[in-house]
Amino acid sequence: MAQDAPRFHVPAPHARPGDTPDFSHIEVQPAGEAKRPDVAVPGMETRDLALGLIGVLDHNHQAVGEWDPKLDADVLREGLKHMMLTRAYDDRMLKLQRQGKMSFYMKSTGEEAIAVAGAMALDKGDMVFPSYRQQGMLFARGRDIVEMMCHCISNSRDNLKGRQLPVHYTWAEGNFFSISGNLATQFPQAVGYAMACRYKGESQIAASWIGEGSTAEGDFHGALVLASTYKAPVVLNVVNNQWAISTFQGIAAGDAPTFAAKGLGYGLASLRVDGNDFLAVYAATQWAAERARKGHGATVIESFTYRADAHSTSDDPSGYRPKGEGEAWPLGDPIARLKNHLIGLGEWDEERHVALEKELNELVIASYKEAESYGTLHDGPLSPVESIFEDVYAEQDWRLRRQRQDLGV
Amino acid sequence: MAKMNMIQALNSALDVMMERDPDVISFGEDAGYFGGVFRVTANLQKKYGLDRSFDAPINEAAIVAMAIGMAAKGLKPVAEIQFADYIFPGLDQIVSELSRIRYRTAGQFTVPAVIRTPCGGGIRGGQTHSMSPEAFFTHIPGVQVVMPSNPYDAKGLLIAAIESPDPVIFFEPKRLYNGPFEGHSGGALASWGNHPKGEVPEGHYSLPIGKAEVVREGKDVTVVAYGTLVLVAQAAAERAGIDAEVIDLKTLAPYDIETIARSVKKTGRCVVSQEAPRTSGFAAELAAQIQEECFYALEAPIQRVTGWDTPYPHAHEWSYFPGPDRFINAMNAVLEA
Ligand SMILES: Cc1ncc(C[n+]2csc(CCOP(=O)(O)OP(=O)(O)O)c2C)c(N)n1
Repeated sequence: MAQDAPRFHVPAPHARPGDTPDFSHIEVQPAGEAKRPDVAVPGMETRDLALGLIGVLDHNHQAVGEWDPKLDADVLREGLKHMMLTRAYDDRMLKLQRQGKMSFYMKSTGEEAIAVAGAMALDKGDMVFPSYRQQGMLFARGRDIVEMMCHCISNSRDNLKGRQLPVHYTWAEGNFFSISGNLATQFPQAVGYAMACRYKGESQIAASWIGEGSTAEGDFHGALVLASTYKAPVVLNVVNNQWAISTFQGIAAGDAPTFAAKGLGYGLASLRVDGNDFLAVYAATQWAAERARKGHGATVIESFTYRADAHSTSDDPSGYRPKGEGEAWPLGDPIARLKNHLIGLGEWDEERHVALEKELNELVIASYKEAESYGTLHDGPLSPVESIFEDVYAEQDWRLRRQRQDLGV
Repeated sequence: MAKMNMIQALNSALDVMMERDPDVISFGEDAGYFGGVFRVTANLQKKYGLDRSFDAPINEAAIVAMAIGMAAKGLKPVAEIQFADYIFPGLDQIVSELSRIRYRTAGQFTVPAVIRTPCGGGIRGGQTHSMSPEAFFTHIPGVQVVMPSNPYDAKGLLIAAIESPDPVIFFEPKRLYNGPFEGHSGGALASWGNHPKGEVPEGHYSLPIGKAEVVREGKDVTVVAYGTLVLVAQAAAERAGIDAEVIDLKTLAPYDIETIARSVKKTGRCVVSQEAPRTSGFAAELAAQIQEECFYALEAPIQRVTGWDTPYPHAHEWSYFPGPDRFINAMNAVLEA
């Protein structure tokens, strides 16, 4: 049946399944070109940075320009290792999910630099309010892998007692706030947390991450209003990986200039960075953290990247985007880019890379073995059944005590 | 002791707690400099400073979220939602976040914020200044829900709410802010000045969350009420000369089933009430639980006195509001059954 012309505009991506991937419309400002202002700059004066793209690693994998954070090779190798571990972990967990070892999983493939560099550029004491796709932060902050896996398979050692879906980590000791299934809710919470840090006279700041799709939620606006109004020491990150499940970023008003530019309307410093460039993400986060700590207020950072894999284990991207789109992505792969940079510096080589890859894979496999020894979702042991009635309130009231009896536990 | 209306009593609770604990802070729309559209937060900014009593942007979700973030960091935020009718933009933050953070983090994070909000009708508030949305909140595991009916309780319960380790949704029946109300639309405005519950200690005291009070003893029928309807029920029993036992619930979650059951087992008859629309209201929960607990003591079906299943009307307010006549009819119905 012939369709009438649409009566209103519905944006569509440049390519759909069967098409050739097409990113010709994406303008990439050359690395090194963006200026790095003083951290005290008024928010509105970051306009060029919000509309451009901060990059440090150029085509030859060399660090160029004012944003180069000039990190020691040791720090770069550490970043590379955390990113490689994140990828090895994700790949393994996907396989395990496919084998029925856990109900659900979400990978962060292609976005490892955002989580790892973001975490490394903050102080370990800063509170992070991530989304479900920043698992790299846990590695960067030194969370025990076995513990992470125990959460994902909801066994007797899951620190969330089997109450949350896999990947919804919480790690208070590591200042990693609770991940919620409800998109964007943590964004304004991070602002409140940051305000409280300032209220208590601490140097601690807060940072939060949401996807570009989730910027359409009211809580995104609420967070920016609060951050601007109260000049809160918070870093508000938008991870623009082009896709929100099957919807391309244009469905979240992404065809308007940039997601970073939205921060300008609130008077917030706003940066847009190459999310696959470890050094650029590190530098932008470091800048925003310093700005926050010195009392100049919040920064919005859009990390421009690409969701290289499926949205989750319940998703099949071949239904809505062309095959090979990830390979066509003009900003490449964050791990390969940092690796090549280190090799260019003479601080890394192929053999060491392959050896590290092997070591991390073995670590992940061994960790899973150990995690499984504390139980699995299907075969147990799980946390004790009566624990479902715990932690609803500080103390169980009569309603919960009786319901527990009704369940016979 | 001092004579206080409910506004002054609530203000006193905030003052006492802000004085005692630097982590207690108060905010909401117009709640800072101006002291709130109902004056509950009056003078707090002057006394405690801009960063302890401040104005919030008109975004209820952001207000609740800010409270959550602050509570996670160890502050004791008391956030005001200007009218309970406008709590819904903040509902996701309450349902999905505030109530669940202790649970979903297995106690690693707790967010014991207090959300204060004026509720209820009888003030010509029309659809969006009269609602009693408490049942939306009693349906959420993880929050406590409180609604006082007089100045003395209001102060003691608000202090308890601020001291509670759990998040509390604190409903303030605005019809009772300035004086008691017995449901007579045409009657002169009463004042809390001559009411025994208008005598309020100036310092710190608290009332237990989860405890009801028998405010009128009787043998023939138990009437369970909270908020404005406590006073309406008492007046109705007085006027009709019915020997009713009236219970002021005070806390809706967790509600005091012991006090209710003890009374119903004594009287054998029960009326439950709420201002909100009938279907799926909190009175339905009460009726179901009383039926389970007291089936063999009941001599008549439990009656509900409630608002109608309509939005709250403006012109026909007094046909909507469950006034004394509806209580008398219901009490007579269970007595005659
Ligand atoms: C409030 C809410 N609405 C819908 C969903 C279902 N949902 C889960 S993830 C997702 C897409 C989010 O996309 P984006 O914000 O771009 O983040 P990404 O997954 O790309 O990292 C949706 C719609 C949800 N979890 N919460």
